[in-house]
Amino acid sequence: MASELLIPQSASGFVPGAFRRSLGDALELAHGVDAVAAEERAASLAKRSLKKDAKVWGLNLAISMIDLTTLEGKDTRGKVLALCQKARRPDPSDPEVPHVGAVCVYPTMVPFVKEALRGSGVKTAAVATGFPSGQTFTSIKVQETRETVAAGADEIDMVIDRGAFLSGNHQKVFDEVAEVKEACGPAHLKVILETGELANYDQVRRASLIAMYAGADFIKTSTGKVGTNATLPVTLVMLEAIRDFHHATGKKIGMKPAGGISNAKLALSYLVVLYETLGRDWMTPDLFRLGASSLLNDILMQLRKERTGAYQGPDYFTID
Amino acid sequence: MTRLAVRKTYKLYINGEFPRTESGRFYPVRANGGDLLANACRGSRKDLRNAVVAARKAQSGWSGKTAYNRGQILYRIAEVCESRAAELADELRRQGASAVEARREIDAVIDRWVYYAGWSDKYAQVFGSVNPVAGPYYNFTVPEPTGVVGVVAPEEPSLLGLVSRIAPVIVGGNTVIAITSESKPLAAITMGEVFETSDVPAGVINLISGLKSELVPWLAAHMDVNAIDTTGVADEAVAKVQQTAAENVKRVVHFDGASIGWDDARRAQSPYAILDFQESKTVWHPMGM
Repeated sequence: MASELLIPQSASGFVPGAFRRSLGDALELAHGVDAVAAEERAASLAKRSLKKDAKVWGLNLAISMIDLTTLEGKDTRGKVLALCQKARRPDPSDPEVPHVGAVCVYPTMVPFVKEALRGSGVKTAAVATGFPSGQTFTSIKVQETRETVAAGADEIDMVIDRGAFLSGNHQKVFDEVAEVKEACGPAHLKVILETGELANYDQVRRASLIAMYAGADFIKTSTGKVGTNATLPVTLVMLEAIRDFHHATGKKIGMKPAGGISNAKLALSYLVVLYETLGRDWMTPDLFRLGASSLLNDILMQLRKERTGAYQGPDYFTID
Repeated sequence: MTRLAVRKTYKLYINGEFPRTESGRFYPVRANGGDLLANACRGSRKDLRNAVVAARKAQSGWSGKTAYNRGQILYRIAEVCESRAAELADELRRQGASAVEARREIDAVIDRWVYYAGWSDKYAQVFGSVNPVAGPYYNFTVPEPTGVVGVVAPEEPSLLGLVSRIAPVIVGGNTVIAITSESKPLAAITMGEVFETSDVPAGVINLISGLKSELVPWLAAHMDVNAIDTTGVADEAVAKVQQTAAENVKRVVHFDGASIGWDDARRAQSPYAILDFQESKTVWHPMGM
């Protein structure tokens, strides 16, 4: 396949320009989505029940995929350091529990996170590009990205300009993602579509494809700052877009649902939808992340319940 | 023309709603003569878990209400019990009580709600104190709710027993998960409808019917339950509950209703029943502030 020659598989080996970035190709794949079918399928997959060993396996995998997140104006060095401790060792009483995928913070917190996570295998992720609204100048977005990567971020979570997207200016969205991707250099780029503001599944699919063709390594549902966050049907639609993009180009793009995933059962449902749409290849923190903060404690409670046989309470877990 | 009677489905009461058990199971409730009265939900450990989540969520809001407001709501329960007295009495009769016994039990139930409603803004003065200390401090002690309480209601009296145990728990700002009488759950389940129409916030009272042998160990072991009332636990099983409850240092309270007498208003109801589910907080306050 010719595309395999063109498209390097790892971000570190990414050569700008080698990948055929084409808005036209993106829009060609952006057909309409059957909303009823998507919702039905997501609902039926969510009913699947995982028990015992499979549940423990799934919960441990989910932990390793968490982007442990704090995005508040009141974040301090002390708070993110505590979060980093938790990220390295989610449950100090149980060595079987893996570390999380990444810690996700605002750019100014990146140096503290980088330092606290050294040697742990946990990645440093930061939001950039005028998060959460994205309503700022492209030059500033690019500059912010550069500085955040220079400060030590391994992964950048950018937001698309929803205003431009919704008014039909797909070119601007495409160009911005491409420019930010270049500014990222070796860092991975996650593109947040803010699906809660995109009105329907057709738009979600279109935005997903635009982001992927423009150079995203991951596509992500939400900022967590608007009323509607990640939902299962939206995630399904985005995963199908990733599948179609993979068929067309051979490149594997990651997926990150974020916001509102607050309990273990829901996290397992996301893994089921992932497995049924993209298969085993994507069941890795390299290609799937869960953006969450309170989810981790709920998973830890479920794991300890499986271990001890008693239902757990939040009193016995750290407050983040 | 004959008409098909519409019979009531006896369901659980969790978080202000009436769900069937998530397990889909049921068990037959029989009259003394062995006739089938109804099928009740055979609640599962997951229903219990959901109820604890609801109770925990409701706890701070409930204890944050003014004592006066909590008293009003308890009194409202008494009012609604009064207007549904006939239905409750009918269920007690079908479960084997005579008409006179049933009516007497309902009267006692209503009086018990009124009794504890009255205590809501008074127990803190009785059990709280200002303590003389050897230093220039103002030192006082106030009772605070224990938190989420599991109550295992006695088999008999199925309604008065339940009410006598949960009224002092909730008047003190706790929330409760109650396991109803296994053999005679009907009137107890109907109480859920009374709570639902009495301004009791969702999650403050949760009722689970089912097999105690199945449910009690999970309740006793639950790390997010702060106290358990073993009044309705079979004598030989109490020690095991106490052992399990030690895991998170739950308070274990047992009321021997059978020998004290549930009807005896002077002994079966007491402000000390409220104190059983209170923790004393003592505060040292610098003088002159």
